[in-house]
Formats: sequence, structure tokens, C-alpha cells
Amino acid sequence: MPSLKDLKNRIGSVKNTRKITKAMQMVAAAKLRRAQEAAEAARPYADRMASVMAGLTASAAGSASAPRLLAGTGEDRRHLLVVLTSERGLAGGFNSSIVKLARQHVAELQAQGKEVAIVTVGKKAREQLKREYASLFVHHVDLSEVKRIAYDNAREIAEGILDRFENGEFDVATLFYSRFESVISQVPTARQIIPAVVEEADEATLGASALYEYEPDETGILNELLPRSIATQVFAALLENAASEQGARMTAMDNATRNAGDMIDRLTTEYNRSRQAAITKELIEIISGAEAL
Amino acid sequence: MADTMQFDLVSPERNLMSVAAREVRLPGTEGDLTAMPGHAPAIVNLRPGLVTVIAGDGAQTEFAVTGGFVEINADSVTLLAERGHPRTEMTQEVLNEMLVSAHRRVKQAEEKRETVGEEIVTAAVKLLGDMQALGTHIGLDPNQANFPD
Repeated sequence: MPSLKDLKNRIGSVKNTRKITKAMQMVAAAKLRRAQEAAEAARPYADRMASVMAGLTASAAGSASAPRLLAGTGEDRRHLLVVLTSERGLAGGFNSSIVKLARQHVAELQAQGKEVAIVTVGKKAREQLKREYASLFVHHVDLSEVKRIAYDNAREIAEGILDRFENGEFDVATLFYSRFESVISQVPTARQIIPAVVEEADEATLGASALYEYEPDETGILNELLPRSIATQVFAALLENAASEQGARMTAMDNATRNAGDMIDRLTTEYNRSRQAAITKELIEIISGAEAL
Repeated sequence: MADTMQFDLVSPERNLMSVAAREVRLPGTEGDLTAMPGHAPAIVNLRPGLVTVIAGDGAQTEFAVTGGFVEINADSVTLLAERGHPRTEMTQEVLNEMLVSAHRRVKQAEEKRETVGEEIVTAAVKLLGDMQALGTHIGLDPNQANFPD
């Protein structure tokens, strides 16, 4: 049975914890709004890029002169996994679920006898994958100094990936990140970026793309566009991830705050009970003492 | 035929401008061009340079872009630029920064000349040249940037 003083201290410390988690929840809510706005603002560019790409790739995919970023290296042996996570924890299952998905892929690919290399973005992916797959790490991008994710961050990551591709280090690159569905739902997602996935173009886009005049020619534009589209996809993934992180943190901190509240209630009941027990005990001692006289 | 068309200038981070325009002058990689309502559909690559937008009411706005591409339709022009600055915000510092990054790209390309091929090096050098021309064109000094070695 803990003493009254112990209980009081514990109630005090849980109350402090609740204050902290409450504050973190509110900060996450504010940051979530900003992250969502950023993701929203980036959408027009990505959409346009995707629609132009869809038209171009549909016509170029079949031809022999298709760029390597689109057609691939013709092999499917070496895989590069780019795992995007946050720099900070305390966000519920956010980082773990991304890492879990990545881990599954590594296991599957290795079971098929393929070579795997990992690029980590964000401290958490590195920490969680280090134990099993440290030998597969080829690069780590640190975003801890970055307050707001800018396109330049994405471009640097994309350029790093492209350099490796140019040097022939891998055949297929896949991004791992968390897609933001809503505050309570973030879906870990794997998305192949190299070779580019040709989206199923419907008749309308195909017809429209045939109408365009290209200056320079289609291959020239495609060569310019493909690296850019990879940067755009990395950027979109980073933004989705940022929103997901804040959403996950908000939910996690909301739960933590509620749990702390429950715990305080329980401890307070226990405290009151033991206090009452102590008083009763003292009374009994006094009364039985008086009766003995 | 309508006498204006929808012009959008979009960067990866946000929408920079959306206006009904009468005329848009663009720096294409193979030469400057002007898009007006009713233009044949085209997709054109851009080099670093100035984009001039003349709105429906005749107001003229200029943007410095660091390349990108533009999608032209009969009734709309969409410019996707990696970076776009209104000319009024185009200061010496911004130019210096752009030049430094272009210079770094030239350096990188030259270091890997064997693997990436001559074309990439030429393209990077051309990009730097275009940026310097852009600086001179809007009255800034392209020689102030400090290139790290």
C-alpha cells in the first residue's frame, strides 16, 4: 500500500504529463492545419504535371526510344527503397507503420533473391531499420533542421536518387510514406517512382495529347519532365507525410491526455480511500483507548 | 473568339498567379514565343528568363522563372515553373542565389562528364548563361555572386 505522500506525488506527476500531452495535441492540431494547407497548395502543380505526363508517357511508352527513367533498365534485380519518416516520435504508430511496410517489402524482395538498398529520410526510419538492415543503408537524408518542407528539399532527395540511377546502382525505386486520408486515418503507402508508372490514360487524354505540338520534340520534353516529375512525387510524399505525422500525433496525444485523465481519477479515488482509512484507524485507536480507561 | 484566356502560373509550392490574360510572352528553349487566345495546343519547355503577362485590362506583370514548361491551349495557358519571382521581388540576392545553384550544377556536370555525357554539361552551361542574361536584362549585376569552388 503506497503512502498518502506517494499517491499525492504520483497524482501531481500524472497531472503534469497530462498538461504536456494536451499542449502537444494542440500544437499538432495547429501544425496539421498548416501542413494540410501546404499539401493543398501543392496539388495544382502535381495534378498538371501528372496529366501532361500521362499524355506523354502513353505515347512514348511503347516506342524503343523511350527514356530509361520511363522504360526502366530492362531488369528487375536491384531495388532501392526510399523510406520517408519523421524526425520525431510521439506520433502513435505513424513511423512504425511506414517502417513495417518497408520491412515487409525488404523481406519479400530478399526472398525473391533480389538486391535491396535503402535510403532513409528522417531519423526514425534509420533508427528502426538500423538493427536489421544497417548493411543495406546507402544514404540518409536529415531533415531535422528543416522547419517547413520546401520544394528544394524534395529536389535534393530526388537528385540523389537520380544520380544513383544514372550510375546504375538500381533498377527500381520505390517510395514509402504515409498517405493522409483524415486526421484519424493515415495509410502507409508504397509507390514506385522509377521506372515511372504509366497511368492508364483514357481516350480523352490520349486524344488531347495527340493534338499538342511539342517544342522541342516529345522525347526532349519527356527527358526534362521525368526528373522533375520524380521531384514532384517526392515533394508530394513529403507533404503528405508531414500532414500524416501531425494527424497521427494529434490522435496519439488526445488518447494520452484521456488516459492521463482516467489515471488521475483512479489515483484520486485511491488517495481518498486511504486517507479515509487512516482517519478511521486513528479514530478507532482513540475510542478504544478511551474505553480502556 | 474570346479576347482573353485563363493564365495560371503554378510553382510546386503554391499558385503564384491566376488571371485572365490577353497575351503571354514566354522564353521557350528554342526561342521566345507569345501565346494569345486561340493559340494551337502546345507544350513548350522554358529556359530561365522573363515571362510577361498582359492581363485583360492591359496591366502588365513580369515574372522571372528558372525554367519549367508551359501548356498552351486555345483558352488557357498553364505555366509550371520550379521557381517564379515577380520582377519587383527579383533582387540581387535572389539572382545571386539562382546563379550559385546553376553554377553548382555546371560543376557537378563537369565532374561527371564521362558518365553523364557532353550534352548534360552543355545544357548546364547554357542554363547558367541564360540566367546571367536574365540578370543583365532586368538590370542586375550577374557578376556579384560568389561561387564556392
